[in-house]
Amino acid sequence: MIEERGGPVSETVLEMKGISKAFSGVGVLEEIHLQVAKGEVHALMGENGAGKSTLMKILLGIHPADRGEILLEGRRIVNRSPREAMDKGIAMIHQELHPVLDMTVWENVFLGREIRTRFGLADKKAMARECGRLFTQLDVPVDPGARMRDLGVAQCQLVEIVKAVSLSAKVVVMDEPTSAITDREVEILFQQIARLKAQGVGVIYISHKMEEIFRIADRITVLRDGRHMGTDSAADLDNDRLIRRMVGREIREVFPKETVVPGEVVLEVRGLCWGRKVRDVDLSLRKGEILGIAGLVGAGRSELAQTLFGIHKPTGGSVHVHGKPVRIQRPGDAIALKMALVTEDRKGSGLNLKGTVQENITLASLDRLFPRGILDGSREGDVVSKSMEKLKVKAASPKAPVDSLSGGNQQKVVLAKWLLAGPEIIVLDEPTRGVDVGAKRDIYLLLGELVKAGKAVIVISSEIPEIMGIADRILVMAAGRVTGEVARKDFNQERILGYAAQFEGGGSSGTG
Amino acid sequence: MRRNSREVGAVEQAKSLQSSRFMREFGILFVFAGVLGALMLLSPGAFARPANLMNIIKQASVNGILAMGMMFVIISGGIDLSVGSIVALTGVVAASFAHPGEYPFLVPVVLALGLGALIGLLNGVGVAYGNIPPFIVTLGMMTIVRGLALIVSKGSPVFGVTAAFENIAGAFVLEVVPLLVVYFLVVTGASAFLLNKTVFGRRVYAVGGNEVSARFSGIDVQRIRLAVYTISGLLAGLAGLVLASRTVSGNPTAGQSYELDAIAAVIIGGVSMSGGSGKWYGTVIGALLIAVIGNGLDILNVSSHYQLVIKGAIIIFAVLLDMKGKRK
Repeated sequence: MIEERGGPVSETVLEMKGISKAFSGVGVLEEIHLQVAKGEVHALMGENGAGKSTLMKILLGIHPADRGEILLEGRRIVNRSPREAMDKGIAMIHQELHPVLDMTVWENVFLGREIRTRFGLADKKAMARECGRLFTQLDVPVDPGARMRDLGVAQCQLVEIVKAVSLSAKVVVMDEPTSAITDREVEILFQQIARLKAQGVGVIYISHKMEEIFRIADRITVLRDGRHMGTDSAADLDNDRLIRRMVGREIREVFPKETVVPGEVVLEVRGLCWGRKVRDVDLSLRKGEILGIAGLVGAGRSELAQTLFGIHKPTGGSVHVHGKPVRIQRPGDAIALKMALVTEDRKGSGLNLKGTVQENITLASLDRLFPRGILDGSREGDVVSKSMEKLKVKAASPKAPVDSLSGGNQQKVVLAKWLLAGPEIIVLDEPTRGVDVGAKRDIYLLLGELVKAGKAVIVISSEIPEIMGIADRILVMAAGRVTGEVARKDFNQERILGYAAQFEGGGSSGTG
Repeated sequence: MRRNSREVGAVEQAKSLQSSRFMREFGILFVFAGVLGALMLLSPGAFARPANLMNIIKQASVNGILAMGMMFVIISGGIDLSVGSIVALTGVVAASFAHPGEYPFLVPVVLALGLGALIGLLNGVGVAYGNIPPFIVTLGMMTIVRGLALIVSKGSPVFGVTAAFENIAGAFVLEVVPLLVVYFLVVTGASAFLLNKTVFGRRVYAVGGNEVSARFSGIDVQRIRLAVYTISGLLAGLAGLVLASRTVSGNPTAGQSYELDAIAAVIIGGVSMSGGSGKWYGTVIGALLIAVIGNGLDILNVSSHYQLVIKGAIIIFAVLLDMKGKRK
């Protein structure tokens, strides 16, 4: 069912023809075609595990293809490493950037191809100057002499883009470039993409964010289960059709919502402070309620959640759980009070990537499951398979290493870990970040089940449509304070954004 | 019915991981078997004799006991450089309290174990509560404790111990198995149990794998740190006691570079230096391999100077193999 309606096909810069790949005899990609024109933004879409990453790995020479060929400007190329691909003009801006943190920006830009003086030494002045020239020319607001460590994710991305430009890349692959940057930074990124387009660079753009795709993509190729589901001009597609093509089924409601009559107050916070990041926060949470916390990046939402959970020691205020005053000094205290925190940073604080699925799922419940301190393999196995089943975790086995799972499944492992701990109060910080459409829906459904079961839920999200879709009530934060509260009947995007932008005394831009 | 590619991907990855895991966990077994085979061919008469094989296990025992403690520390993401010095200090102290007709038999035993554990605990305090890098804390402790061993013994070996003390390592069980080997077996069994079958062991892996996620999951990371260094110190005390008994003396210069042999055994056994992974049986093989190489080269009359070169090369080779296994 390959549809090849296509958009205006101007000069082709890159063509991947009939790419197939099998691991151990099992097909992961079957006959994929991808054709990118000069100056085109070509979106590559599909659920996690659909084969996008494998296809890009083949393009970059990380995996060899079993069949098929790659043509760059009409000439057949074979890449054996990302380095080789880059030399030929194919650059990748990764989802998670790993720059050498203690290098300066210009050192990073010229890494591996330093400008040398007559004596063969690195010509620092020339490189810094050249880097500055590139930045001015490309309108990139970054200081070439700054250390990579001091730059935000967005600035690192811009540096990578400049690097690609300076290498005169013909094709630039961007894997979820906006997953960790603010709206304002997204605008700067899009300007750079427009610039790349104008220079005739072909951009392959991977993202789960529909709005973005429809804003910048010229054509969209969808993969599902390793198959090419079609390539269309973005103008010929809409949200629903695209989702249907990606998941192969109807998604009737984007945000399935359970309505539960809220019960008694289970959590009461008064005047909570943590340094300058969390200032004088009041909130109350009822049984069966989903409280959304909205705000811009750096508004102090994550810090609030972490202070509640005992990761940061509060510098002021009081917390009552079930009407009783409590002192939460460490995560263990919070867990004992039946609280759970699903953090936003899955790899940094959510998972032990060196452990198995099973070890991760039981990690927060070891004392409860094995009060005598001795592990019981069969009991652990039972408990883990049950919770994997409940959350639809797709893994080869409970003993599979958790880093072999896709992003959505890893997120489900984190959720499974916290649900196993039997919490009454559940705080989820950006629970759907970097997660595909299908897994997102599973997570929304899970939230519904939780509140039906009488749990109290707090969801932090930067995606306003999402938070409006799932919350019963929204608190908006800015610069560490709660600046507004909106009930579900009054939900309105402008109003929430208005509260989110309420800084006092100049406010801060998106940091932290 | 066609399988979902996502599942296929997961299965495939699991497979490739299994095979790499196999290499990682058992690759060293092939090396071990290869070395054994080579030595049997080169020296069929001397090497493969049962008495010599028992000798090898004896030679592996002291290092094996130290390596078990080191394994806990390395899996938790740390390192313990002080164990060699602890061997010297506890040996000297034990021998000093084991002169005939002075103290009951148990006094030197309890002192050696207690002192070892105490020094380990101090290492743990420095790492867990002082937030000093483990390399620095235990490097400092290594020097301090070596100094203490020299001070306590006034710089010369302590001789003259009771027959009972000599029997701590020298006696036999069932007339064939030296007690020394029994300690190694018991320590190995206890370590394996602690690491694989207890909540504590699970937490040691979790802390070494990702300290932040461990802390966020309610684990008291500092207490785990304290515990692993205490275990390492305690086992170093046991090694010191056993070595003093075996050599019938407490020598303040004993145990030099033992920490490096222990680290080597752990690393050869496939425990990752960055923490969070590794298996107890790898460490056992690592300790045995080091002993086999030493013993075999002795039998082949290779000078001890060359032995060092060969041992070093094998350590590097083993880690290379380990890293190959980890790359997919």
